[in-house]
Formats: sequence, C-alpha cells, structure tokens
Amino acid sequence: MADALAVYARLISAQVRSQLQYRVSFALDLAGTFLISFLDFIAVLIIFDNVPELDGWTLHEVAFLYASTCVSFAVVDVVIGHLDLFPRMIREGTFDLILVRPRGTLFQVIASDFAMRKLGKVLQGVIVFVFALGGLEVDWTAGRAAMTLVMVLAGAAIFAAVWVAGATIAFWTVDGGEFTNAFTYGGNFMTQYPISIYGEWVRRFLAYLIPMAFVCYFPSLYILDKPDPLGLPRALQFASPVVAVAAAVVAGVIWRSAVRRYRSVGS
Amino acid sequence: MRLHWEIARRGYRRFAAYPAATFAGIWTNTIFGFLQAYILLGLYENRTDIGGYDATDTVTYVWFAQALLMTVYAFGWVELALRIRSGDVATDLARPLDPLWYWLAFDLGRALYHLVFRGIPPFLIGMIVFDLELPESPATWLWVAVSVTLAVVVSLAFRFLYNLAAFWLLDYRGVVAIAITISLLFSGFVIPLPFFPSWLETIARALPFAAMVQIPVDVFLEQAEGVDLAGALLLQVAWAVVLLGLARTVLAAALRRVVIQGG
Repeated sequence: MADALAVYARLISAQVRSQLQYRVSFALDLAGTFLISFLDFIAVLIIFDNVPELDGWTLHEVAFLYASTCVSFAVVDVVIGHLDLFPRMIREGTFDLILVRPRGTLFQVIASDFAMRKLGKVLQGVIVFVFALGGLEVDWTAGRAAMTLVMVLAGAAIFAAVWVAGATIAFWTVDGGEFTNAFTYGGNFMTQYPISIYGEWVRRFLAYLIPMAFVCYFPSLYILDKPDPLGLPRALQFASPVVAVAAAVVAGVIWRSAVRRYRSVGS
Repeated sequence: MRLHWEIARRGYRRFAAYPAATFAGIWTNTIFGFLQAYILLGLYENRTDIGGYDATDTVTYVWFAQALLMTVYAFGWVELALRIRSGDVATDLARPLDPLWYWLAFDLGRALYHLVFRGIPPFLIGMIVFDLELPESPATWLWVAVSVTLAVVVSLAFRFLYNLAAFWLLDYRGVVAIAITISLLFSGFVIPLPFFPSWLETIARALPFAAMVQIPVDVFLEQAEGVDLAGALLLQVAWAVVLLGLARTVLAAALRRVVIQGG
C-alpha cells in the first residue's frame, strides 16, 4: 500500500510538472473550468430569484447541498476524470501495455493522469460552501462538523465507485462512453438539489440503487436538522460511509470481472 | 449547390456511423431531461406562472431544449481549431471551396442527424412520462423547422468564430470554455430566459445566443405568434447574417496573417 502510494506520487508529480510547463495555457484552462463550473450555480440563483423555497429548502440550504456534492465530485474529477477517455485506451490497444506491467490495472489507469486544471471546479465548490455557511444558522456540534467532513469524503467515494464501474462499459463498446455521463455528471447535477424533488422511479433508480442520495442529501438532513419529507428511517442519515465502502467494493468487483473477460483487439 | 449537398450528406453520415454512441447519448439526454424537469416543476409548488410559463410550458421547454442541445452542438465544437493548430487547415485552404460554406453545409447535415436521432427520441420518452404541449396549429411545425434551421446556422457561425481564435492563440481552450459558458447560459439552455430577473433577460434577449435555443422554444410553445413570430424569425435571420458576416471578416483577417509551416 505504502509502496503503491509512493509510485503514484512519483507518476503524478511528473504529470504535474509537465502540466505546469505552459503556465499561461494552464492559467487560462484553470480560469475556463472555474467559470464554466459556475453555470449550474447561476441556475440555482435564478430559481431562488423566483421562489423563496424549493421543495421546502431555502437558497442557502440548497447551496449547502450544491457545494458539498461539487467538492466531492470535483476532487474525484481531478483524480480519475480521465476515465472518460478510457474507451480510447481499449480502442487503441494501449490497455494491453497495462496488462503486462506488474501493477494493478485500475491503479495504472488512474495514475496515468491528474487534471490540475479541474482544481478550478474544487475552488468553485469551496466558494459556494462559504456562501452557504454564511447564510445558514446551523447548531454546530462536534457530531455535525464531523458529519460534514464524512459527507464530502463518502460523496467522493461514491462518485469514484460510479465512475470506475461506469468506465467498464468500454469493455463491451468503445462508443458508449456517454452512457456513463448520465451517472457521473448526471449524479453530480442530481445531488445539487434535494432528492425528494424527483419522481419516484428516478429516485429508486438513481438515488438508492445507484446510491446518489447518500452523496449529500441524507447527511445534510442530519446536519441541517431538516425533517425528511419521505419519512425514511433516520439511520439512513448516518449510513453514507457504509454505503460508500459497499459501492467501492462493488465497483472493484465489476472492474475485475470486466478485465478478466477482456480480449484485446490484437492489432 | 450540388457539392454542398454532398458535403451535408457527409456530415450526416459521419455521425450515423456510430449507433452505439447515439444510443448512449439518447440515454444521457433522457436522464438529464428527467432531472431538469423535476427540478423546474419544483418551482410550481406554490405558483402557477413564472415569466409567462405555466408548468406544462416549462416541462415542454425542458424536453425541447434537450432535443436542441446536440442539434445546435451547444457543448462546443473545436474541430476547426484542432485543424488550425495541427496545420491541416492548409489542406482545407488549398481546396476550391470556401471554408465557411463547407463547414456550414457539413454542420447542417450533422444537425439533421442529431435532431432526428439524438433530439426526437428523448422528447418522445419525455412525452410518455410528462404532459407535454405540442403545437396546435399545423403551420407552427413549419415555423419550428425554419427556426431550428436558423438556430443551427447562428450556432455554427458562433462556433466558427471562436474556433478562429486558434489562428491567434496557440492554446484556444480558455477562449472556447468562456464562449461555451456564455452561450449555454444566455441561449436559455441552462434555465429558460423567462425565469431570469428581468434586467438579465433584457440583456440575454439582446444577444445572439437566444436565437440558438430560446427563440425556437418560444416558436414551438406558440408563445410567439403573428407579428411576434415574424419578429422572432427575422431576429434569427439577422443574427445569422451578422455572425456569418463577422466570421467571414475574421477569417479573411486570419488568412492575411497565416503562415503554414512546411512539413
């Protein structure tokens, strides 16, 4: 484990150095991702310009959800967002190289890039967090503060699991990459708003089966001390870390079994 | 004309070659449609009208805008910029074809494919689940077709312009990201323009981006009728002419300074 981390650190530091070679390009890219990441928040602001509450949530409460999911998602996007390009590895046959190297396949794919320019998205999430906290009156107990940290970490783990599991579709079709976007980017978009707003079957499928409700909605009900309009068991509000670990295990199993079935194109 | 017709067919066929990508895209557009529809319906809990849209108008907007998303290629297009950076544009310039008309023809072919195979299927799925509003008058369908075509032309001209930035900047990505952000927001794709605060809606209506999504949606919802309809379509024509003219001028300026490195 420590050895793997050392290898990862070396590979990523080389990536970081190469990305910083063109400073102006890097700065422009960073500014670009920072700006574009605000689009969804502008939508939130415009919605609350029309109504004081959305499904019983105020602007600052929705901003809290939004910031939490954005930070979780953006961190994952920086570290493994290049899984979006994984189909290309299969198509071009470069995945075969990975198979003959003495490291885990997933580890090597993840260690192949580190998108520093996407740190602009993380920054956006942090800014919205500050905005949300400024307008909320939360009774900050140690439990609530700890839960906030757990929420962001568990949310990131869930997004990472979904991304990895979704990327395996490339083993069946190399043109289906966009299918995964519905779960990754779609999951990020979905969790910016309270889960109770969605129709029942959307909730069943995307919030519970794909456990998006555990990214920030359930922990936030506890942190913000909000009643649950769906009347679900209160234990769910504390279940995010367990769900995150389970999601990671499932994703690992899916990845492994997909790799086992992989047949190279042979070119 | 015959030549451009053939180019348009190539544009169509390029995208028709990847059916799996089309299925994946339909799936993703549909999921996003559902999410956005439920979020915006949340605004109607205690209200019946927002900026002239009732709940049915809003849900129809959501699915129609999803249908337009790929049709007008709102998430951006950098093919020309990549060709400029790699120097392939030299080959394009050597051909007895005007690059602007070439890409316009190609893009209209592409847009038709995306409208039929990426746009209409999610809309039909949306129709099954939600109560959507279709145009009452048969003539409206004709105006919708005209408006969507003009939307594609305006969008192509705008995309062509930001791609030309690659002639001046080695790294065009920052410019492209800013251009896409502004166009997504002010086209009314992120959220309908009637939901904007009125001062911001006034600004958005004065910009060319409304011609890409909001105007076709208004035509489809029959929000613009009679004189308003004529005005809306003429505004699209005006933006198409202005942006194509601008694209032509900028292209000419770029070609005056272009130096192609020999290989």
